[in-house]
Amino acid sequence: MLRLPHFQVAAPETLEEVVEALRATPDARLIAGGTDILPNLKHKLEAPPRLVTLGRVKGLRGIRRDDAAGVLRIGAGVRLSTIASDPTVGALFPSLAKSAGLVASPTIRNMATIGGNVNLDVRCRYVNQSDFWREGIGGGCIKSEGDVCHVVPKGRNCVAAMSSDNVPVLISLDASLLLVGPSGEREVAMADYYRADGTNHTKAEPGELTAEVRIPLPKGPRQTDYVKWAVRKSIDFPLVSVALRVDLDGEGAEAKITDVRVVVGVLGAKPREVTKLDAAIGRTLADPEVAALVSEAAFKQCKPLPNVPYDPAYRRQMIRVYVRRALAAMA
Amino acid sequence: MPGEDRERDWQIGKVHRKVDAMERMRGITRYTDDIKLPGMLHAKILRSPHAHARILSIDTSEAEAMPGVFGVVTGKDFTIPYGIIPWTPDENALAVEKVCYVGDGVACVAAVDEDTANAALRAIKVEYEVLKAFYDPEEALANRDKALTINPYARKGNLSKHVVLEFGDVDDVIDNSDLVVEGDYFFEGTTHGAIEPHCAVAQVEGNGILTVWSATQVSHYLHRELSKVLEIPPHRIRVIQPPLGGAFGGKSEPFDLEFCVAKLALKTGRPVKLLYTREEVFYSHRGRHPMKMKYRTGFTKDGKITGVAAKTILDGGAYSSFGLVTTYYSGQLLCAPYDFGAYRFESTRAYTNKPACGPKRGHGSVQPRFSIEIQLDKAAAALGIDPIELRRRNDLGSDTKTVNEFRVGSNGFVECLDKVETASRWRERRPTLPYGQGLGVAGSTYISGTNYPIYPNEMPQAAVQICLDRSGRARVFSGANDIGQGSNTMLAVIVSEELGIPLDDIRVLSADTDLCPVDLGAYSSRITLMVGNACLNAAQKLRRKVCEAVAKRWEIPRKRVVLAQRMALDRENPERNVPSAEAFQWAEADFGLLGEVGSYNTPKDRHGDYRGGTIGASPAYSFTAHLAEVEVDPETGLVEVKTIWVAHDCGKALSKRIVEGQIEGSTYMGFGEAIMEQHVVDPAHGGVHASPSLLDYRMPTFLDTPTIDAMIVEAADAQGPYGAKEAGEGPLHSSIPAIANAIYDAVGIRLDTLPFSPPKVLAALEERRRREEAGELAPHKADRRDARRSA
Repeated sequence: MLRLPHFQVAAPETLEEVVEALRATPDARLIAGGTDILPNLKHKLEAPPRLVTLGRVKGLRGIRRDDAAGVLRIGAGVRLSTIASDPTVGALFPSLAKSAGLVASPTIRNMATIGGNVNLDVRCRYVNQSDFWREGIGGGCIKSEGDVCHVVPKGRNCVAAMSSDNVPVLISLDASLLLVGPSGEREVAMADYYRADGTNHTKAEPGELTAEVRIPLPKGPRQTDYVKWAVRKSIDFPLVSVALRVDLDGEGAEAKITDVRVVVGVLGAKPREVTKLDAAIGRTLADPEVAALVSEAAFKQCKPLPNVPYDPAYRRQMIRVYVRRALAAMA
Repeated sequence: MPGEDRERDWQIGKVHRKVDAMERMRGITRYTDDIKLPGMLHAKILRSPHAHARILSIDTSEAEAMPGVFGVVTGKDFTIPYGIIPWTPDENALAVEKVCYVGDGVACVAAVDEDTANAALRAIKVEYEVLKAFYDPEEALANRDKALTINPYARKGNLSKHVVLEFGDVDDVIDNSDLVVEGDYFFEGTTHGAIEPHCAVAQVEGNGILTVWSATQVSHYLHRELSKVLEIPPHRIRVIQPPLGGAFGGKSEPFDLEFCVAKLALKTGRPVKLLYTREEVFYSHRGRHPMKMKYRTGFTKDGKITGVAAKTILDGGAYSSFGLVTTYYSGQLLCAPYDFGAYRFESTRAYTNKPACGPKRGHGSVQPRFSIEIQLDKAAAALGIDPIELRRRNDLGSDTKTVNEFRVGSNGFVECLDKVETASRWRERRPTLPYGQGLGVAGSTYISGTNYPIYPNEMPQAAVQICLDRSGRARVFSGANDIGQGSNTMLAVIVSEELGIPLDDIRVLSADTDLCPVDLGAYSSRITLMVGNACLNAAQKLRRKVCEAVAKRWEIPRKRVVLAQRMALDRENPERNVPSAEAFQWAEADFGLLGEVGSYNTPKDRHGDYRGGTIGASPAYSFTAHLAEVEVDPETGLVEVKTIWVAHDCGKALSKRIVEGQIEGSTYMGFGEAIMEQHVVDPAHGGVHASPSLLDYRMPTFLDTPTIDAMIVEAADAQGPYGAKEAGEGPLHSSIPAIANAIYDAVGIRLDTLPFSPPKVLAALEERRRREEAGELAPHKADRRDARRSA
């Protein structure tokens, strides 16, 4: 078995103690379910002196509907299996229940948390390997111990792939994150949280942690979906990952589209929101033009990279197919 | 006679719980890695980051000086080369002069724990002179620069083995055929993926005997090679195989770790353990050879095969492993279940700078089977003959000889075809399934062990010793390796059948070279037939003694005594009976301690006299038919295999559920190779393994796996115990071409290269659409397109 590096563990019980623990050891890393960080530690992608476990922090638990604020609050420590089967999440945000239920495998979903998943490190076929393997490709890359990129030759920017199933969905739902840090709390829209730099792919400041995911309650009728393609029906990270949301002006087949949101993952480090979908507005979901023009826009704007397995051209083509099918299924 | 029947039926063919099932299910089985000995050290191997390099120097001084480090070994400690095939000893336990692939072992450290050993590995300084590496077998073969010969022991450059055998005037026969089908095929490399990584522990006992526990499927060969490399006589070495977590051919030969722990235990005087990481399991590999195959097959207009000509390039990786045999098998095992009059194969194995290939379930013959079964499907389409009917017309039959002069006994192939045809409702459904859905069929054969052992000798291939005791129990000593296939249970079933005691009263002690008679190991599907025969031989001797002792006391003829249900009974008066324990005591009083040995050797008259004619010859052959139903998504290229019906002729199922499990597991494994598995290196990045983890080397999950309908066919063979033949490997072969042929039926594309990944399927679909639009091809299932989703 691959060995974990040695580290100390802190087990605070309150958010304040977590912040204090991070302040005391600036290179410390947080651990919740551990399904992402532990393999990365075994691969020697980082070697923090201390892990701060969130397992005892009661303030990170629970799913609460806050009608006053018009949001659903999901504690960062809520397990993905809980989200996948939670009746409130299922009723209000079916695409999130679906994406949470498609992550990895049942055993991993029983450990992994939503806070960990929205902070999932970006992944690349040349990064997520043992240190021995990375030595074999010539000493790693800009995200590990080297200074080159094996995905984009001569590239200076890390393009490791955002591989969370839930992030595209949460962005499509206009979710935000409550970050808690040394200078207090702040709320950041998830659409603004990610950066196109795989070596530093979120805007969390040093010492900050994600305490809560807030999702605005739906204001009107809408259809949502999440589409994932991976080689296997379980275990795998997505190779095609698309969240869709279509807002409607009413119920029934005659309802007109008021907004279309399409967010695509597994491109570079940042999910991409497909733009220029205005031509769909005012049409009905039954109008075949909607699926055609939205899928075509997604195809044009999304360019998968060889940072994960399977031919990027094929994956790009599949974005079009799956977006079109998902929209057609909503009609 | 009812009496006879009852006795024979008492265990054979029943459903049994495997003798080790409860321990495994409860998680209390002690695998090799569970062995913990006082003072035990942990070893790790330093591996080459280069695919091809000369070692200029190794400096281990800093590592040796580290606290907690007890011993370091390098290639200098293992200068005697070894190899599972005695004619091709071409590897050293650790690299002596050069490294031949990324992952080749260079040095090994034993330390107080794995972390210390790993730290010491980082302190070892190795200077390499990097050489040009070869990843393509044909490029490797074309190399004329001696400095770039990959394997240091190779005598013919990068040529590992070349075989040409011809039977009849093939070219003439094919040229004069009504139909000639030509095809180029590529079978991608795949690996075993056993859940348990390789692990070995060594200890020097107080009396100086070296004991090695290893997760191996060939303890006898390991014993021999340890003796050779370490220069210790075999009687001073004991090899024990603890319960195994799967092998599938991936543990069929000695590996670096076994020599390293043994040497380090000798050097340090402490027990030493080494457990591979999953990544190291991928490097040790010995999996399925990638094969590039060119086939030319002639047919009469009635669909009879006239002749087959095959030309095959095998990509061998850095070492020979079983490669000499694989090269023969790639041609020799193709000559059943179909009868053809003329045959030629030319197979060439090349060394390349990759993990060495070797035997994986269905060794050497899964790849050519893929080609020939697609060739038959192409012929069926061209001639307008139903693919099952075409196969029936070419049936080899039983008690006959193949074109390459192998004698075949029982043959249940046609019954296998009948079963899958009926179960799938092929005749009604195939003509009506809409575009996108299809059924495909394929057949195959496999050996039940090889007539000749790996090293030439005239001793038995298998031997078993059985002792009965006064409490009514039996102890069975067998050198055979139970690798999860259930061979210990098979032995218990035979002893149970013959001696009338239940499985719970039988203790099978296996694969310990100190306690058990020699057995050659778990490979080439030999155990049921060979070890089963040896066991039956010993059990029947004991049975005669027990029956005689009972008959004497009851004053009846011996043949009237029946042993069953933990009793001895009078066949004509079942009310008269005694418990087994008492019967055994009577026999012990009459004959002394009840112990018998049995052995088995193969018949030597079942192969041709030509050079190589013994390789691939077996006492008995199993037969299989697979029928797959697929649905192909024409927009994404995704192939969903919905159901695979499989019928396998195993001669006689000694234990029904275990045979079904082998059929299902084999079919699943073939399905994975068909749809997703790819064991490849990345030439653009220094030849590193493209997917050295179970996340990146994708094998199907439960959710991906089709419904498998496993059916048993029993064409009893005179060579097998109770008629039994093999069941562990044969049912893999035709799984793959059946899926390929079903995809053709569904959407009209031929996939002659593996795996059938969605991008490849989609590209083939687009090519077909282009040709249809250009008028070169008629639209596939043009009349069945509208109803696509309805069936």
